[in-house]
Amino acid sequence: MNADDVLVFSAGALRGHRLRTGLSLLGVGIGVCAVVLLTSLGEGARRYVTAEFASLGTNLLIVLPGKTETTGMAPVIGGVPHDLTVEDAEALERQVRQIRKLAPLSVGTAAAQFGERSREITIVGTTAAMLGVRRLRLQSGQYLPEGAERDRAVCVIGAKLQSELFPSRNPLGAMLRLGDERYRIIGVMAPRGMSMGMDMDEVVHIPVVRHLRMFNRRSLFRILVDAGSHDSIEPARTAILRVLTERHDDEEDVTVLTQDAVLSAFGRILGMLTAALTGIAAISLSVAGIGIMNVMLVSVSERTREIGLLKALGASRGQVLAMFLVEAAIIATAGGVAGLGVAFVATRAFAVVYPAFPIDPPAWAVVAALGVSVSVGIVFGALPARRAARLDPVAALTRR
Amino acid sequence: MIELRGITRDFDVGGRPVHAVRGVDLTIEPGDHLSIMGPSGSGKSTLLHIIGCLDRPSAGTYRLGGQDVTHLDERALSRIRGRKIGFVFQFYHLVPRMTAAQNVELPMVFAGVERVERRQRVARALASVGLSERVAHRPDQLSGGERQRVAIARAIVLDPEVLLADEPTGNLDTTSGREVVELLEAMNAGGLTLLVVTHDPAIAMRARRQTRMVDGRLEGGSQA
Ligand SMILES: Nc1ncnc2c1ncn2[C@@H]1O[C@H](COP(=O)(O)OP(=O)(O)OP(=O)(O)O)[C@@H](O)[C@H]1O
Ligand SMILES: [Mg+2]
Repeated sequence: MNADDVLVFSAGALRGHRLRTGLSLLGVGIGVCAVVLLTSLGEGARRYVTAEFASLGTNLLIVLPGKTETTGMAPVIGGVPHDLTVEDAEALERQVRQIRKLAPLSVGTAAAQFGERSREITIVGTTAAMLGVRRLRLQSGQYLPEGAERDRAVCVIGAKLQSELFPSRNPLGAMLRLGDERYRIIGVMAPRGMSMGMDMDEVVHIPVVRHLRMFNRRSLFRILVDAGSHDSIEPARTAILRVLTERHDDEEDVTVLTQDAVLSAFGRILGMLTAALTGIAAISLSVAGIGIMNVMLVSVSERTREIGLLKALGASRGQVLAMFLVEAAIIATAGGVAGLGVAFVATRAFAVVYPAFPIDPPAWAVVAALGVSVSVGIVFGALPARRAARLDPVAALTRR
Repeated sequence: MIELRGITRDFDVGGRPVHAVRGVDLTIEPGDHLSIMGPSGSGKSTLLHIIGCLDRPSAGTYRLGGQDVTHLDERALSRIRGRKIGFVFQFYHLVPRMTAAQNVELPMVFAGVERVERRQRVARALASVGLSERVAHRPDQLSGGERQRVAIARAIVLDPEVLLADEPTGNLDTTSGREVVELLEAMNAGGLTLLVVTHDPAIAMRARRQTRMVDGRLEGGSQA
C-alpha cells in the first residue's frame, strides 16, 4: 500500500462523513484563525507603539528640570531646582560632543489673531534644530531661521491652523498676531497628528528667546537632544548630567529621559501581551486537537465493522494505523489552511478599516499555527488510530 | 492444502470458559468442496475464522499450504489473509461509500498491487461474477444478490487458495441464493478450494464432502 493509496482511502473516508469532517475542520480552522489573528493584533500593537516612538527620533534624549526619578537617595530638602535655561542648552551643545543636534523647547498658550479670526493656540518656542531633532517636515515655506536671524519675529504654523485661519489664501508672508506681537508666517508644517501630548497640527512655532519673553519665563520646558547613534545615548546622558550639575552649583537637579528606556519598557509589556494572546490561541488550538481526537474516536467506533473487514481483506496494523493517522492529518492540515485563509481575509479587512494599525500576521505565527495544527492532528489522532489498528478482526467483523 | 490438528478455541466469558471449538482434526485437499452444517452456536464461524487466519486457536496446529501458521505474527497473518484467503460473509461487508469496483480493488490496495494490474483484475473479477455493468454502483444501488456477487469478486480477485463462505446465502431469496451458490461452485470448478458454512441442507448436499458440527466437534470430516 503506497502513500497515495493511503491518501485516497483516507480522503474517501472523510468525504463519506461530511458533517463530521466539516465540524472538525471548523474546530481546527477556528483554532488556527485565532492564533494568527491574536498574534497579529499583539504584534501589530507592539509595532504601532514602537513606530510612534521611532517617529519621535529613536536616539532622542529629553532633559527636563527637576529631579523626577527616584534615585534611592534622600530627596534634596528645600532645594528649589535651578532653571533650565537657554544658556544651559547652548553650553550643552558646546561641551557635549556626543550631541548631534539639540533643540530647546518652551510651551505656552496664547491668543492668535488674523484679521477677524482669533483663537487660543499652543505656542512652541524653539530653534531651527527642532526640525531635525523631531523629524518634522514642512509643507511649504521654511522653518525657523538660524544664526544671526534667529530671534526675528517669524513663525511657522501647523497644517490645521492653515486651513482654519487661511481657508482661501496662501498664509506665507501674512502677519499673525500672537499675544501682543506680530509675527510674519514663513512656513507651514506638514500634517503630523498627535505627538508628545500635543496636536502638532494646531501648534505655532516661534523662536525660543521670543517665546520666553512673551510668557515672561526663564526656564525651558524641555531640551531635546539627538545623540546621533544608539551607542552614544548613554555617554551623552552622563555628559549632559555632568555639565548641568556643574552649571547648577553642583546640584543634580535635572532629569534625562532616554527614548530607549521607555521604548524597551513598552516593548516588554507588549511582548508579554502577545505572549498571553498566543497562549490563549494555543489553548484554542489544543481544544481543536481534542475535538479531532473525539471525532476520530467516534469514527473508529462507528467504523469498527469496516476496520474488521479491512483486516480480513489483508490490511496490516500498520496500514490501518496509517489510514486513520492520515485522516486526522488531513483534517488538521485542511482546517489549518482554511483558518489561515480566513485570518488572512480578516486582517485585510481590518487593514482597510484601520489603515494606521500594522496588522500583518507575523511569519512565525503563520508557520507555527500550521505546524502546531498538523502536529496536534497527528498527536491527537494517534490514540484513535492505535485503537483502530489493534482491533481484533473477528470481534470487529461480527459486531452488530 | 489445509491441515488442522487438535484445533481448540476457548473463550473466556466473565471468568467462565466457553469451548467453541473442541479438538477439530480436518484436512482439506486443494480444489476440494466442503460444507459445514450444524446448529447455531456449534462453533462453525469460529472454526472458519481460525482457518481464515482471523483468529488463533487456543490449542492445536494449523498448516496452510505446508506452512505452520499457528504461531505467525500479525504482519504475516495479514499477508496470508490478503493473498491466500478469500472471505464471503452473510452480510456482504461491502464498504458503503465505495463503488463496486473500489470494493473489489481493496485487497489489492493492501497487498501493494500495481495500479494498472489492479484495474485489469477488477474488470476480470467483476466480469466473472456477471457484474461488468455495475462497476460504478455503490452497494446501496445494488440488490442483495448483486452485493454478494461483488463480495465474491472481491474474495477471488487476488486468486487465493481458499474461499471461505459463512452463510453466503443466509440473507438472500432462493433465486439469488442459487445464483450465488452456482457462482461459488464455478470458482471451485476452476480449482479454488471452497468451504461453505450453511444452514440450508440443499446447499450443503451439493458439496463433495459434507460435515456437521455439533457442540464444537466436527462429524464426518476427519476421515481424510
Ligand atoms: N468472542 C467471543 N466471546 C465469547 N464467546 C464467543 C465468542 N465468539 C463466539 N463465542 C461463542 O462460541 C460459540 C460458537 O460460536 P459461533 O459463532 O462459532 O457459532 P456458529 O456455529 O457460527 O453459530 P451460528 O450458526 O448461529 O452462526 C457460541 O456459543 C458463542 O457464544
Ligand atoms: Mg456463525
